[in-house]
Amino acid sequence: MTQHSVSIRDLSLNFGNVKVLEHLDLDIAQGEFIVLLGPSGCGKSTLLNCIAGLLDVSDGQIFIGGRNVTWEEPKDRGIGMVFQSYALYPQMTVERNLSFGLRVAGMKKDEIDKRVARAAEILQIGPLLQRKPVELSGGQRQRVAIGRALVRDVDVFLFDEPLSNLDAKLRSDLRVEIKRLHQRLKNTMIYVTHDQIEALTLADRIAVMKNGVIQQLSDPHTIYNKPVNLYVAGFIGSPQMNMLNGTLNGTTFTTDDGTVISAVNYQFMAPVSGPTKAILGVRPEHIVLGEEARAMPFSLDVEIEIVEPMGSDTLAWTKIGGHPVTFRCNSDVDIKSGQKAVIGFDAGRGSIFSVETTNRL
Amino acid sequence: MTSEALSPSKLGASGAVEPRGAKPKKLTIARVGVYAFLVIAALFFLMPLWVMVVTSLKGLPEIRLGHLFNLPAEVTFEPWLKAWDTACTGRDCNGLKPGFMNSLKITLLSVPVSIVVAMINGYALSFWKYKGSDLLFGILIFGAFVPYQVVIYPLIIGLSKVGLFATLPGIVIVHTIFGMPILTLLFRNFFASLPPELFKAARVDGAGFWQIFFQIMLPMSVPIAIVAVILQTTGIWNDFLFGTVFAGRENMPMTVQLNNIVTTTTGVREYNVNMAATILTAAVPLAVYFISGKWFVRGIAAGAVKG
Repeated sequence: MTQHSVSIRDLSLNFGNVKVLEHLDLDIAQGEFIVLLGPSGCGKSTLLNCIAGLLDVSDGQIFIGGRNVTWEEPKDRGIGMVFQSYALYPQMTVERNLSFGLRVAGMKKDEIDKRVARAAEILQIGPLLQRKPVELSGGQRQRVAIGRALVRDVDVFLFDEPLSNLDAKLRSDLRVEIKRLHQRLKNTMIYVTHDQIEALTLADRIAVMKNGVIQQLSDPHTIYNKPVNLYVAGFIGSPQMNMLNGTLNGTTFTTDDGTVISAVNYQFMAPVSGPTKAILGVRPEHIVLGEEARAMPFSLDVEIEIVEPMGSDTLAWTKIGGHPVTFRCNSDVDIKSGQKAVIGFDAGRGSIFSVETTNRL
Repeated sequence: MTSEALSPSKLGASGAVEPRGAKPKKLTIARVGVYAFLVIAALFFLMPLWVMVVTSLKGLPEIRLGHLFNLPAEVTFEPWLKAWDTACTGRDCNGLKPGFMNSLKITLLSVPVSIVVAMINGYALSFWKYKGSDLLFGILIFGAFVPYQVVIYPLIIGLSKVGLFATLPGIVIVHTIFGMPILTLLFRNFFASLPPELFKAARVDGAGFWQIFFQIMLPMSVPIAIVAVILQTTGIWNDFLFGTVFAGRENMPMTVQLNNIVTTTTGVREYNVNMAATILTAAVPLAVYFISGKWFVRGIAAGAVKG
C-alpha cells in the first residue's frame, strides 16, 4: 500500500434508495489535517461515520494506516472520535470517562493512569478529573471528549462538528487549541464542520462537499481564491463573492447591461473560444476604492447605497450594472451612504464560471 | 412627555392604579368555582375509603345500626386480625396471610424478571438495529392490544405441556410475557431519547453489547427503571385473572383470596372483616403510589410520551 494514513476507495453508501455517498475517493496523508466542509445533509458526517466504522458502507473500501479496515469494528480501526454533543458518559467521572476504552480493552492499571495523566496534562483538565460531566462547562466537556480520543493513542482523530455546540468566544478559543494539539501530536485529523472559518483556519486541505460528492479538495488558499465551480465560490467566503452575469468573448467580459470588463490578467483553465454565457465572481476585499481603483484594470463610478461598519473593516453595498455588489474597505475610510465613489478591481484575481456547466473557466 | 406622567404616583390619568411591579393576584368567582369543584370531587372519591376504614373498625352490632359514615363508637381491631389470620377462604381458615406471602413471592420474582427482559429488549431495539428490528418492535407493541382472553387457553395448554402450569415459575413467565409490550415500549422510548452519539462513542471505545448495556446504559436508566418497577409492582399485585388461572392452589395471590373471603356465604356477612381484608390487599399498591408519586409522573412524562 501507499503511505497514505487514510484512503477511501470508490466508497458508496445508500440508505434504501437514497444515495448518500457515491463512488467517493479520498487520500489523506500522514499527519494531515483535513476538513470536510459542506452544508447539513451533504454527507460529510456520514462519510466520517463510515471511516469510524459506525456505518456499514454499501460499496468500496476504507484503508487506515495501510490496512483494509472496511469490515473492522470501530475499536480495531485505530481511530479516536469526538462528537458534537460531547457524548460523555454521564454517570462516570472525567477520569473514568477518559479511561473507559482502556479499561474495556483490559489494559493494566498503571498504563491507564499514565495515559490519563498525559491527556489531562495536554488538555489542562487535571483539576477536573474527579468531576462528573454535568459539573463541567461546555468547553471543559469538549476538552474531556478530545481527551477520550487522546488516551487511545491512535493515529487518526475524527472530529464531528466538535465546536458547533459552543458559544462564539469558546469556539474560537478551542479552535486554536485544536490547531495547537495537531501541531504537537502530528496525528492525522479528519474534521467535519459546516463552519467555513473553522475549515479555513484549521485545514491543511479542505474537501468541500455537496450531495455526497467532493466538489473540490485543495488547500484553503486555493479553495478561497480559485474555487472550481460556482457552488464552492458561493459557499466559501463571508460576505459572499460578488457574482456578475454576462458574456465572455475571448478575454473580454461584458455584463448583461453592457459594462465591459477586461479579463486580460485572468488565467483560464483552458482557452475559451467564441462568446460564452459566463459569471464573473469577485471577492469583496478585491474591490478597491478611490485613487487605488483608478489604477486597476477596471474601474467605475458608483453610488454607495449602504455602509456596514464591522469594527475591523467596513462593508459597503453598491451596484455594478444593476447587480448588487459588496466590497470591503478599511474602517478608517470615511464613506457614507449616498456618496459617489470610484471602485475598481482586477478581474485577473477573480473567478469566471461557465453558466452552462457552473465550472471554472 | 410631561413630568407628571413620569411621577411615581400610583394613580394614572384615568384615576385607575398605574400598573407597576408584580401583577396582583385576583381571586375571581371562576377560580372559586374550580376549587370548590375539585374539593367536592376529592371528597366524593375519598368516600368509599372512609366508609371502608370506619366500617373495618366497628363491631358487627354497630354496623347493623346502618350509620355508614359515622365514626366507630367503640374502636376494635378484631376484624383486622381476623382478616389477616383466621378468616375462611373456602375450607382453609388462615386469613389473608398465605395469600400475602404468595403475592409477595409472585411480585418479587415477576417484577425483576420482566423488567430485565424488557430493558434488554428496549436497549437492543433502539441501538442494535438489525434487519426487521422495527417490524419486531411493531409486533411487540401490537401485543399490547391483544385481549388476554384470546391467549389464555393456548397458554394453559403450552404451560401444562412443559409442566409449568399452576406453578410459581409458570405465573412468573405469564407476567413477564404480558408485561413485555408496554415495558419494552417504555424502555425503547427512553433509550431512543438518549443521544445516539453516546452509543457511538462507546462503540469507538471498544465496548460490546453487554459492556455498553451494563456500564453506560444501565446506570442512566435508573429513573425509567423505577417507573417500570412501579408499573409492574402495582399491576402484578392487583392481578386477579392470571392469578386465578395460572398460579394454582398453592400460589393463590392475595387478590384471589380476598375474593374468596368476600364471597364466602356461610353464616353472617362480616362486613368489617371484608373491609379490613380489602384495605390490607390494597395497602401495597397504595403505599407504592404514595411513596413514588413524583417518580411515577416524571417517568411517564419522560419515557412514554417522548419518542
